[in-house]
Amino acid sequence: MEVKKEKSAMLSNYEVLALLQDIQKGHNKQKKMHTNIATVSYEIIQHLENTACAKQSPEVISNFMKALEPYKLTKAEKLQFLNLRPRTAVEIQLIVEESEERLTEDQIYELLDLLGQHLPGDDTEQEQEEMEEEEIVDQE
Amino acid sequence: MFVLTEMKDTVRIQPWLFKDDVNDAIVNVLNKKFANKVVHNVGLCIALWDIQQLEDSFLFPGDGAHHTVVYFRFVVFRPFIDEILLGKIKSCSKDGVHVSMGFFDDIIIPPNAMQDPTRFDEQEQLWAWEYAMEDGKHDLFMDIGSGCLMKHSLTQRRLDPIKRVKTPRKGRLK
Repeated sequence: MEVKKEKSAMLSNYEVLALLQDIQKGHNKQKKMHTNIATVSYEIIQHLENTACAKQSPEVISNFMKALEPYKLTKAEKLQFLNLRPRTAVEIQLIVEESEERLTEDQIYELLDLLGQHLPGDDTEQEQEEMEEEEIVDQE
Repeated sequence: MFVLTEMKDTVRIQPWLFKDDVNDAIVNVLNKKFANKVVHNVGLCIALWDIQQLEDSFLFPGDGAHHTVVYFRFVVFRPFIDEILLGKIKSCSKDGVHVSMGFFDDIIIPPNAMQDPTRFDEQEQLWAWEYAMEDGKHDLFMDIGSGCLMKHSLTQRRLDPIKRVKTPRKGRLK
């Protein structure tokens, strides 16, 4: 066994999730899967289904990548935005290196808006936001 | 979190698998060989992504199986340095916080890598972050089962293969 290229490409969580779901579907018709691939695909699907990538699709991802172009982020940073879907400025500062020098505060809030627009989020979060808005309206 | 690794290997297809489609048989053998295994200096192999090239198959005298050299790409779990990962706290001990990601359990956060004033509470057997606010110190306990975001910094990343599992010998036809 020989490793030709250790890192020929980076994959987003969405692509891995799609691959594993395909494998699971394909094997439902055939005989049993070998335990290793069954275990690892089950565990990873469990882990990824609760994250942001479960609701993504190729169109969503390509639109998001185009929207990110003017910010000059590295490949790794864009990938982490996709996988983690940060919701606060703190998270963006963690992901983007030297964010104080490279991004102004306005740009950070613009990025948060972009993330909210392009990447589908949690329904529970949207419900919480709506509940908070209702409470504010009631108080007024 | 995941990368594609290009690999080359000789796949042995045994005679009772000759009735299956060659590509399917090779995919199954590769998945069986690498899935959920750690390859040295590469990472935790997950599943086969695609086959790039199949060379001609060989037969060796004395062996009924045929051997094919395959160039393929495998999905590997290999977080890069400074990547942010999401996990769950499995347990706490003096050496640090043990975090699990479901499919990958061997993550330890040593005390020196935690936020600045953290102490180990012997009574509760949990790590607590002493967060100083205006009205005095607050202890934020790292409860078991709570989610945590970790930044992967290279202090010690060892990708060692696990001990080889002995496969049971299949019965032979007499």
